[in-house]
Amino acid sequence: MSFGWGSRKIFNNISLDIPRGKVTAIMGPSGTGKTTLLKLIGGQLTPSQGSIEMDGNNVHQLSRKDLYQLRKRMGMLFQSGALLTDINVFDNIAYPIREHTDLDESLVRSLVLMKLNAVGLRGARDLMPAELSGGMARRVAMARAIALDPVMVMYDEPFTGQDPISMGVLVNLIRSMNKSLHLTSIVVSHDVPETMSISDYIYLISGGTVVAKGTPDELRNSSDPWVQQFIEGQSDGPVPFHYAASPLMQDLLQE
Amino acid sequence: MIINRIQMLGQSVLSTVSRLGQASVFLYQIILTMPGVFLRPALIIKQLHSTGVQTLIIILVAGGFIGMVLALQSYYVLVDFGAEDSISQMVVLSLMRELGPVITGLLFAGRAGSALTAEIGLMKSTEQLSGMEMMAIDPMQRVLAPRILSGFLAMPLLTAVFMAVGVLGAYVVSVHGFGIFEGVFWSLAQTKVDFYTDLMNGMIKSVVFGLVIVWIAVFEGYDSMPTSEGLGQATTRTVVHGSLAVLGLDFLLTALMYGDI
Repeated sequence: MSFGWGSRKIFNNISLDIPRGKVTAIMGPSGTGKTTLLKLIGGQLTPSQGSIEMDGNNVHQLSRKDLYQLRKRMGMLFQSGALLTDINVFDNIAYPIREHTDLDESLVRSLVLMKLNAVGLRGARDLMPAELSGGMARRVAMARAIALDPVMVMYDEPFTGQDPISMGVLVNLIRSMNKSLHLTSIVVSHDVPETMSISDYIYLISGGTVVAKGTPDELRNSSDPWVQQFIEGQSDGPVPFHYAASPLMQDLLQE
Repeated sequence: MIINRIQMLGQSVLSTVSRLGQASVFLYQIILTMPGVFLRPALIIKQLHSTGVQTLIIILVAGGFIGMVLALQSYYVLVDFGAEDSISQMVVLSLMRELGPVITGLLFAGRAGSALTAEIGLMKSTEQLSGMEMMAIDPMQRVLAPRILSGFLAMPLLTAVFMAVGVLGAYVVSVHGFGIFEGVFWSLAQTKVDFYTDLMNGMIKSVVFGLVIVWIAVFEGYDSMPTSEGLGQATTRTVVHGSLAVLGLDFLLTALMYGDI
């Protein structure tokens, strides 16, 4: 699949397999189009070339109605949480359930409380999104992402800006929910240790292509200097520390 | 130099036409989702509260003062001709034909239009609209269409309130300030105003203004750059374009309704 914004290529003939029931991580430096990839998978953007299939359905050839049916089987955790700010936590989780089902309100309540219990926030159901910490908002968004019992959940930078406790909670939740709910998870992140600790398989993307792929152990043992620089977080290497510039002395002596 | 300027002018015209086309397609897509909105009246009622009820105070205050000022100015001119009894006719016709829909439109663009743009722009920048799409919920139907419909319904109601309060303001100044006989004030207001030519035409204007203002407001919010600067610019554009559209359309509608142009 290829995709670009105007003349700027984001993905150039990229190919990925996301195995069912596993946690697959997509990692890479900032600005490589990881979030764009999730939007392509969700059908919010259309590739300029190639196709994206989910369960044998070509996402971008589906009618609007069929695409919406498919999206009911996908959950997505946005980087910002994307909670609706004018309703409380309970109503945020209940929103997709009320929209897509005719369940009694008592059943909706039970479902919402179960989802909130799974992320440890049953007691926060009456809070408004503005009253939540960043970590709590992500957990509420996680509960909403699984509200319709999807088969696949996409996590967009779930660990960014989290304190160590929140991060630990989120890491455990992604892994445990994947197992207990039999989900297929795609985690987009550049938080290396956390993502590697929960992933079954990792794709490293940069410059519009897959530069490396494998299990966390395979990548740790990779001899590729780029992979090592990324995983170890080294400041200099194949990706130089200095932005391209003339020699320092020449710059300093220049009037 | 000249070629550059011609190029810039051409680019600006192309960009304006392209944006107008985008806005038209956007409105068409929203209209297609309207049938679903009527099945959920709670969405419309909620929006009517924020676009209509919350704009009411500014409409009441502005309507009262404008009616009073109109009465004052009319009296100073008419008294020279001994025609001060005609104040009510002048004030009521001005309010119903022009000032009611136009000033309500301008205030509506400033109060409700800007709030709509900011709200939708913020929903976009915080990915709430994308989030709805990924939950298989159409934001056009759930978020945008009820807002368009509420503006369409709220504007004529606000205009009617503006006109009524304006007439009351003029009544207070004329009858209690200048001592115009109360019976003359109300009988002239009643006999010299035609229901269709004056009141209904004013109402038609208000419906058109309402639709155009919320269309601009919702489109600007939906199309805004998801940054604080982009949101600020979109809000400004809503007020400027909304106000200019009201004034331009008022001329066009007045010419069609009353003129022989």
